[in-house]
Amino acid sequence: MFNTLRTLFLTALHAFHRRATVQYPEQQPYLPPRYRGRIILSRDPDGEERCVACNLCAVACPVDCISLQKTETDGRWRPEYFRINFSRCIFCGFCEEACPTYAIQLTPDFEMGEYARPNLVYEKEDLLISGTGKYPDYSFYNVTGIPIPGKERGASERERPPIDLHSLLP
Amino acid sequence: MTTIHIDGRDCQTRSDINLLQACLEAEANLPYFCWHPELGSVGACRQCAVKQFSGPEDTKGRIVMACMTPVSENAIISIDDPEARDFRAGVIEWMMVNHPHDCPVCEEGGECHLQDMTVMTGHNTRRYRFTKRTHRNQDLGPLVKHEMNRCIACYRCVRFYRDYAGGDDLAAFASHDNVYFGRAEDGTLQNAFSGNLVEICPTGVFTDKPFSASYTRKWDMRGAPSVCVHCAVGCNTIVNAREETLRRVLNRYNTDINRYVLCDRGRFGHGFVNAPTRIRTPLRAIDGQQVPVPMADALTTFARMAAKGRIAGIASPRAALETCFSLHALVGPEHFSTGQTQQEQGCTELAHTLLTRHPGALPTLHEMESADAVLVLGEDVCATAPRLGLSLRQSVRQASFHTADNARVPRWMDAAVRTLGSECPSTLHVLTPAPTDLDSVAAETFRATPDDIARLGFAIAHEIDPSAPPVTDLTPDDAARAARIAQALKAARKPLVVSGMQYGSPALMQAAASIAAALARATSAASLSLVLPECNSMGLAMMGGLPLETVMERARAGEISTLVIVENDLTRHLDPTDVAELVAAVPNIVVLDHTMTPLCQHASLVLPIAAFSECSGTLVSQEGRAQRFFQAVFPPAPIQAGWRWIQALARSLDPSTLPITGLIDWRDLDDVLATLATAFPDLAPAVMAAPEADYRIHGEKLRSQTYRASGRTVIRSFISVRDQPPPASPDTPFSSSMEGAYEPDMPGALVPFYQTPAWNSVQALNRFQSEIGGPMRGGPSGIRLLSPAENQNTEAQPYPYATDIPAPYVPQADTVLVLPDTRLFGSEELSMFSPPIMARSSAPTLGLPASATGSDRMVLHLEDGPHDLPVEPVPGLPEGTVLCPTHRVARAFRFPRMARLEGLTDGGERP
Repeated sequence: MFNTLRTLFLTALHAFHRRATVQYPEQQPYLPPRYRGRIILSRDPDGEERCVACNLCAVACPVDCISLQKTETDGRWRPEYFRINFSRCIFCGFCEEACPTYAIQLTPDFEMGEYARPNLVYEKEDLLISGTGKYPDYSFYNVTGIPIPGKERGASERERPPIDLHSLLP
Repeated sequence: MTTIHIDGRDCQTRSDINLLQACLEAEANLPYFCWHPELGSVGACRQCAVKQFSGPEDTKGRIVMACMTPVSENAIISIDDPEARDFRAGVIEWMMVNHPHDCPVCEEGGECHLQDMTVMTGHNTRRYRFTKRTHRNQDLGPLVKHEMNRCIACYRCVRFYRDYAGGDDLAAFASHDNVYFGRAEDGTLQNAFSGNLVEICPTGVFTDKPFSASYTRKWDMRGAPSVCVHCAVGCNTIVNAREETLRRVLNRYNTDINRYVLCDRGRFGHGFVNAPTRIRTPLRAIDGQQVPVPMADALTTFARMAAKGRIAGIASPRAALETCFSLHALVGPEHFSTGQTQQEQGCTELAHTLLTRHPGALPTLHEMESADAVLVLGEDVCATAPRLGLSLRQSVRQASFHTADNARVPRWMDAAVRTLGSECPSTLHVLTPAPTDLDSVAAETFRATPDDIARLGFAIAHEIDPSAPPVTDLTPDDAARAARIAQALKAARKPLVVSGMQYGSPALMQAAASIAAALARATSAASLSLVLPECNSMGLAMMGGLPLETVMERARAGEISTLVIVENDLTRHLDPTDVAELVAAVPNIVVLDHTMTPLCQHASLVLPIAAFSECSGTLVSQEGRAQRFFQAVFPPAPIQAGWRWIQALARSLDPSTLPITGLIDWRDLDDVLATLATAFPDLAPAVMAAPEADYRIHGEKLRSQTYRASGRTVIRSFISVRDQPPPASPDTPFSSSMEGAYEPDMPGALVPFYQTPAWNSVQALNRFQSEIGGPMRGGPSGIRLLSPAENQNTEAQPYPYATDIPAPYVPQADTVLVLPDTRLFGSEELSMFSPPIMARSSAPTLGLPASATGSDRMVLHLEDGPHDLPVEPVPGLPEGTVLCPTHRVARAFRFPRMARLEGLTDGGERP
């Protein structure tokens, strides 16, 4: 008898507690910037695509839901197509970890529900954003030894100008 | 056998190798860069340091370079010794000091020996804080891409290019930290083996340029063992495919044939498979226009055609054995043509006869490398069989090996052996009408017309064996030359005679066979090799059939109502007038081909068949080796293997009219081969060229993708998000996916790619060999159909020497002898549909004797009309001849052919 009354009392007491339920979607929860949600492709500080189509995200993906094809313009590698099948994606973030150029990033957006599965296949134009994402200053081509328009050979970070092969100096 | 102790482990090893080889054969992971099994050791990179102890009591030991230290009995070495480990880590750290930060945008990434070795030594953090040295790159032409910043100065490229392949336009420049590997100035790499730099270079300095345009990482590509289709040598290749397109061709090690090296035509000639000239749907001529039609429509059309009368079939020396045989089964032996002219067929059949009758050895390419006297008789092997030419180039080194053995220098000690070799005389004799790439290493070259070379050949045979017929009215010069060459050949332990049908001269091949047979009287190692033009010329010669002339006759007589032509562009064999006559005489022409050749426009029905990468089949190389190629690409529906199309055609006919009823019941390639084996007993061993489709390892199929192929659930999701089963491949023991068995001792004929844990580059091959540079662990690839004959050249059983010695060539006053100028790039049919090879081929020119070049352009009057061509002087070309590029001036190039040349100045040319 006493136990029953105590249970009722405790249950009733919850009416005065702070509510754990959030009124989603009217009320949006706070998600930290490193939350692993919808995948995007970011751009360099100078506005060019960061992705160099190295295929490391694709090979890191445990469910094999990333596919892309390399193409090249003026020495810059870029994906001809870049496709993610989000109906397979498990948002593990391995692709982001594998990416050597900070191009592929996971964002705190998880609202991706669709009625038809084909709508969850995202192409490059769906993935590419116009900003730099979480890494505002990094540009792969400033570091790598590959010249691109506007950056001569030997002009990357920590590089000397090219060797003059005709010089006899040591 | 010798025993050495590696980190306390006792290992049996061979005594004539170095410690690096011994460690690798013992499956130890020892990093190296500059050593290469085919190039030997120079000790340039200092990466393979190990600790060697002088005895069990020695605790201190000393660091030695494993690649420069010979194996000795009971040698005690340690790879894991901390000091050796630190030494190697230090070396790789120095090498990586200037390495650019560009693996993501490097074509070598994922199959990079430098990546593997860096991981193996454990170097993972960059301590160097200063600036990096950089280099400017060069444009090395359409085949190879150059990125010098990635260089670690191992010197493999120049050692391969200059020392091994005989090139002279790649060299090391500058000194110390600045050392640079490139050309003196930008320009195309001229050597025929430049593409191998891609595999030889342990990092990404030299990469495959055409592959870069459709690039995919190694782990993403499906691989299949294949055989090169661009000449008759039969080099083994690996084809790589992704998204059902062929991406690249790599070398596949075959200890007997191509070993580590592939020529550029074989490596880059595959472009025809993806070219816009591919036929992808059946085409039917309706009102003079070829219209794409469904498969069913094409088959009913064929049934209608067949109902009207006799069907004849024309096969092709570039089609697989199965395709040719299914056509043979469809039309019957009396209506089956080989698709060659009388002369071509006569030559290939003669080559087959001469090889079967030869009393000595029939060498493989690898055996040719150890020949100690070589005679090339009237064949520019560097253009017609480039890989064979490279083997002959290596044979020149035999003398240096013998000198090295005497000086007790191990053969793998590359720099020392080459230094010794610089004083050894060459043993290669090149007798050809035109200069060849081998001239630079030959002891003697001689330029004459094919008939004169054949005469010289017969004279040499007579010098060696007096029972061979003598040659009358030989000039004293030629007699002396014949005696000299005969002397050189007789003195050799392993003499080799090479000829072929480049000049369409049966006398040349007869002469070569006579010399080899005469030599065989003294030594059974006397070898004969004959070069054939196409990848399955030998298979078709063994199958036999009518020449094209007979088909023409029957067509003229109105006996043929439907002509089925398989993978054969008749315009390359018949003059335009003959083609026009054939087209007019035969009401229905059905062409089965993968590429839109000029013949297709005359066809009433064109059917799309699979190229070599899209089906499986068997090819017989010029040395009589049956080899299987396997499917890597699964093409969309109407494209199917040639024999399946022919089977479909047969099914649309009345079964009672078929000569062989088995044709319609074949289910897979093994059924075709089983029927082939009963119909042609000579070809029966071809069944065993590779394991059958039901071959399993541990009860599993073999996987053709790496375990880490990516994109499985997304790659076709733009079409449908539902997963499709991987394509079935009933003709092969391969599964088309990443599921299945894969291990280093799988059969040699079934290795789809090379990869073992920690070894992702092509250097993983070491793990697949039972000994380095030796046979594959899983057994050989392919099977020889020609075995050295039992008949010997003895007194009791003399060799039937040919007696029809040609008359000497006398230059004519009004006409010249037109000799085919076969080129590495430009003469072969299929590779000329490949964009990089097209870019590499040069414009046709007319080669004239240096004394006869009066004007810049001349007009050559061939049977199909006058051809105005720029003139190029060819030093040494015999008087009264011109060199004319095959198939590029007159599409059908038939020889020997006399023609009128206009624009000649007086004198010089004429006697």
